[in-house]
Amino acid sequence: MRDVYVAGVAMIRFGRYPERDVPDLGAEAVLLALKDAGLSIKDVELMAAGCLFQANAMVGQRILQEVGQTGIPVVNVANACATGSTAFREAWLAVASGAHEVALAVGVEQMGKMGLLGGGGGSGIRTEGVIGSGLMPAVFGQAGMEHMRRYGTTQEQFAKVAVKNHKHSTKNPLSQYQNEVGLEDVLKARMVAYPNTLYMCCPTGDGAAAAVVVSPEKARQLGARVKVLASVLTSDPWTERDLTLPDVSTLTRNAARKAYELAGIGPQDLDLVELHDCFATAELLHYENLGLCKDGEAGRMIDEGESAHGGRIPVNVSGGLLSKGHPLGATGVAGIFEVTSHLRGSAGARQVPGAKVGLSHVIGLGSACTINVLGV
Amino acid sequence: MSASATTAPRGRRPIVPFLRLPDEGEPYLVGRRCQPCGAVYLGARRACSRCTAEGPFEEIPLSRKGTLWVWSIVHQSMPGVPVPYVVGVVDLPEGVSVRSNLIDVEPDPAQLRFGMPVEMTTGVSQQDREGNDVVAFYFRPARG
Repeated sequence: MRDVYVAGVAMIRFGRYPERDVPDLGAEAVLLALKDAGLSIKDVELMAAGCLFQANAMVGQRILQEVGQTGIPVVNVANACATGSTAFREAWLAVASGAHEVALAVGVEQMGKMGLLGGGGGSGIRTEGVIGSGLMPAVFGQAGMEHMRRYGTTQEQFAKVAVKNHKHSTKNPLSQYQNEVGLEDVLKARMVAYPNTLYMCCPTGDGAAAAVVVSPEKARQLGARVKVLASVLTSDPWTERDLTLPDVSTLTRNAARKAYELAGIGPQDLDLVELHDCFATAELLHYENLGLCKDGEAGRMIDEGESAHGGRIPVNVSGGLLSKGHPLGATGVAGIFEVTSHLRGSAGARQVPGAKVGLSHVIGLGSACTINVLGV
Repeated sequence: MSASATTAPRGRRPIVPFLRLPDEGEPYLVGRRCQPCGAVYLGARRACSRCTAEGPFEEIPLSRKGTLWVWSIVHQSMPGVPVPYVVGVVDLPEGVSVRSNLIDVEPDPAQLRFGMPVEMTTGVSQQDREGNDVVAFYFRPARG
């Protein structure tokens, strides 16, 4: 595998765009990323497009119909919440393998307000709320309860994640929400699935993000400095209760180990982390899964502000999924946008000063985990 | 299904294939144990997801008593699903866990604790399209 550089990134503000459609949202992000790279669609040799809700609807080709039908290979990707980050990895692979000089990843989603609440199964028999819950708030609620059970973590410690990430988002003009919430507000908000209240759950929304990756030679021509140090994708291995309660930790640990090995770094070398805080409970688990602290110390880490902007290892300075938003297909590419912005020093008011290495982590339930480590 | 299904008397069916409703005796869950490695599953598999052996698998009846591993209280659900409800993951002594609603307990964190003994019960949850009773299993705090 050869080195791969991120030459251009873009995202549109996450939010609600009921008057627009998926190809249009994606096309806007694609054109912005190409402009950022100093390239045109004619330079792109492969496109990987991620969109979950329209996974069967050729989203990549429909985006090209809006920005230029150059006849290049297009791969449409679906991998639950890791859809966008998997698309990024496909683009990375296309260049790393030597097959292509320039590849484009785009992630886009239009969710409406229903989130993942689809219809029932084909049998017409309802199991939700009868034999437990398969809904994401309950799954991640129970994942948090496991942490409580093992380490005595408190609901208040989980709630502090929501306080931190909402505070971070006030500095991000592309965040869906940009307002602070206090600890009492979080704890008193409507309960969704214990221990996660409304502010401890990511919103539904629409959005798009794109990234252009290039070969070392092309990077020199373009002056692109941000390098992909590792791009890893794992699935869930067999663990004791994974088939009953999805285990989001083991596949993240496997991905992290591989990513640190490939990048030749350890967690202590990271300047910022964007991790998959789909629910507040998830963020604390991933501090430990990514090696940002020892097992059982995540509660202390949030208590002591180590993961806040200005702390030992800032986590989700973008506002995270909790406040920036989580349009499923767009999320993983938006993580690349965020880390790249900090490494370039272009993150504005939320810039992590002097950032040299950053990590973007995404989980798709079912399960898929991506970790991309970028550096300058 | 036979052509006479529409005129047959209303029957009952389990909500999932791994719930058995014997004519005599109490309903129970069945697991399938991979003989080479001992992993136990709910429902059939082509091969073992732990050791990859293509069996042989043996069907084993599962205990009606277990312990509560983790739980949550769901206050927002799909349209038409009454809330709140208590859900959890129950560990069974045969080495497999099962997802379930918890009944006969208030939807209050103070009423739930990790490791609490629970027992299985069954009840009619709904009717299917043919009008058959769909029998579901539930767990409740163990009595006595």
